[in-house]
Amino acid sequence: MIPITAVKQTALSLMDKAAIDIPDDYLNGLQKAADAEDGDLSSFVLHAMLENYQAAKEDRRAMCADTGVPRWYVKMGNEARVEGGPVALEEALRGATAEATDGVPLRPNRVHPLWRTDHNNNVGLNAPEIEYSFEPDGDWIDITTVHKGGLFGSDYRMLFPGDGIEGIKRFYLDCLVAFGKRGLACQPAIIGVGLGGSKDTTMVLGKQAACLRTVGDRNPDPKVAELEMELMELGNSIGMGAMGFVGKSMVIDCHVECGFCHTGGMPMSVHAFCLSSRRAVARVHADGRVEYRTDPNWFTPYMRRETVGWAPEAESLKKSV
Amino acid sequence: MGTGSGKLKKVSLNVPVTTEQLKDIEIGDIVYLNGVVYTAREGVYKRVLEGGESLPEGLAEISNANFHCSPAAARREDGHFDIGAMTGTASFRFSKWLDQWFDVSGAKIIIGKGGMTSEDYRNFFVPHGAIYLTTVGYGTGALLGRGIRGIRDVHWFDELGIAQAMWMVEVENFGPFIADSDLAGNSLFERETAKVNKGLAKLYEGTRAPALHRFGETNDRNDEMI
Ligand code: SF4
Repeated sequence: MIPITAVKQTALSLMDKAAIDIPDDYLNGLQKAADAEDGDLSSFVLHAMLENYQAAKEDRRAMCADTGVPRWYVKMGNEARVEGGPVALEEALRGATAEATDGVPLRPNRVHPLWRTDHNNNVGLNAPEIEYSFEPDGDWIDITTVHKGGLFGSDYRMLFPGDGIEGIKRFYLDCLVAFGKRGLACQPAIIGVGLGGSKDTTMVLGKQAACLRTVGDRNPDPKVAELEMELMELGNSIGMGAMGFVGKSMVIDCHVECGFCHTGGMPMSVHAFCLSSRRAVARVHADGRVEYRTDPNWFTPYMRRETVGWAPEAESLKKSV
Repeated sequence: MGTGSGKLKKVSLNVPVTTEQLKDIEIGDIVYLNGVVYTAREGVYKRVLEGGESLPEGLAEISNANFHCSPAAARREDGHFDIGAMTGTASFRFSKWLDQWFDVSGAKIIIGKGGMTSEDYRNFFVPHGAIYLTTVGYGTGALLGRGIRGIRDVHWFDELGIAQAMWMVEVENFGPFIADSDLAGNSLFERETAKVNKGLAKLYEGTRAPALHRFGETNDRNDEMI
């Protein structure tokens, strides 16, 4: 049984880590972009960002004053049991969100859409979001918090099979160019693309692809992996860099996630995980032990299964189709 | 390769500034501020410009630099405020209030995210001898946090909450910011966008317009989307 106190403490320190410590994979990606960037203004911006992450770490202050919208991803091993059950778990995550808002401090960002009611703690109606996934083995839970920024940078569109890859590229570029001007999307970003599924699934997959996969990670389907590389290159050849200045760093990495969709359609979403790509992960074991990391390991083979039941052997065969 | 920052001119300004002190600022200059800056955005604009409430006594003598932002702040038990980071918010949304705001507040510097249109600069900024500074990045909240020396005052805290209250912030070597406009109303963002735009047609070669269109691509609601 996973002790609830361990969940509470872990969630609180995850909030702190996410807000302050830029994950290494994104940092290395940005460092490379900064080394390669030759536009003088965009280069200045990238170096200021690198300094900013350093300042955040040294002073233990939030890297960006815009908290974005803190949210949670929970992956549970099939044998995991949390003391107090799912209700206690959700209370712990909501509690950590509120406590860290005051503690770090983080800017309270969440308000009612109509009345603008602000609880000053980033908790409210349907906030923070908590999403779940499961794994066949294990008595642990993985808790990930993502502080996703950006009023800009994400969009959805219903495309059709006839629109093809050329249509996918067009919509992808539309999103990058539209939100890249003046740097509204706070690029360079990790771009997540959702393809297929129902409309809501498309949005969810794309957001998870942006926020829950690390820089350098490739989709196991070789053709999708190729598309990821191609889209990344395409984004970096717009001629635009940080803040929309002339440059070449728009995309630190591009991740594509697919889901089976209606036979007549090809819905697509694009998401930008901004310059403050804030994510932190921990595994809490049944004995209360905690291991911190920055890779959520969200898209496991089990998550990407195509079969009715869980058949690991079938999974390894089908990837070459 | 390289930081490129060597080529960019660095300027330090003491707030309140005079228009005279802004005349050498060119678009693309890197600017740092000393003195007091205050936050004001839709919450404050509505109260003052639409609700007729008065601004704090002698505001323009204390500061004429208006930051479009909300700090990451918290009130501690002893009543003092703790500010960790500051990050600009997109300014284009505040365009409709600015002309009147310049008149009422005497602001000479607007700081925020992403600049405004050069039309706004010509219509509102130039007549008031004001310029626009954009934050960098835009996530350099921690660097800006380092430039904060203290909170001089907070207005409308209870009415507007942390995000929308008017924070009077004492700063030193507060930056970096980039000058997006100059006293003539030029815009750095528009200059850069024009350069990027030149390559767009080639970039889009080989892509395909979607089978299904949507409103926004046409504003004629009589049109069909197929
Ligand atoms: S998009 Fe990201 S970097 Fe930009 S202001 Fe929001 S949280 Fe900060």
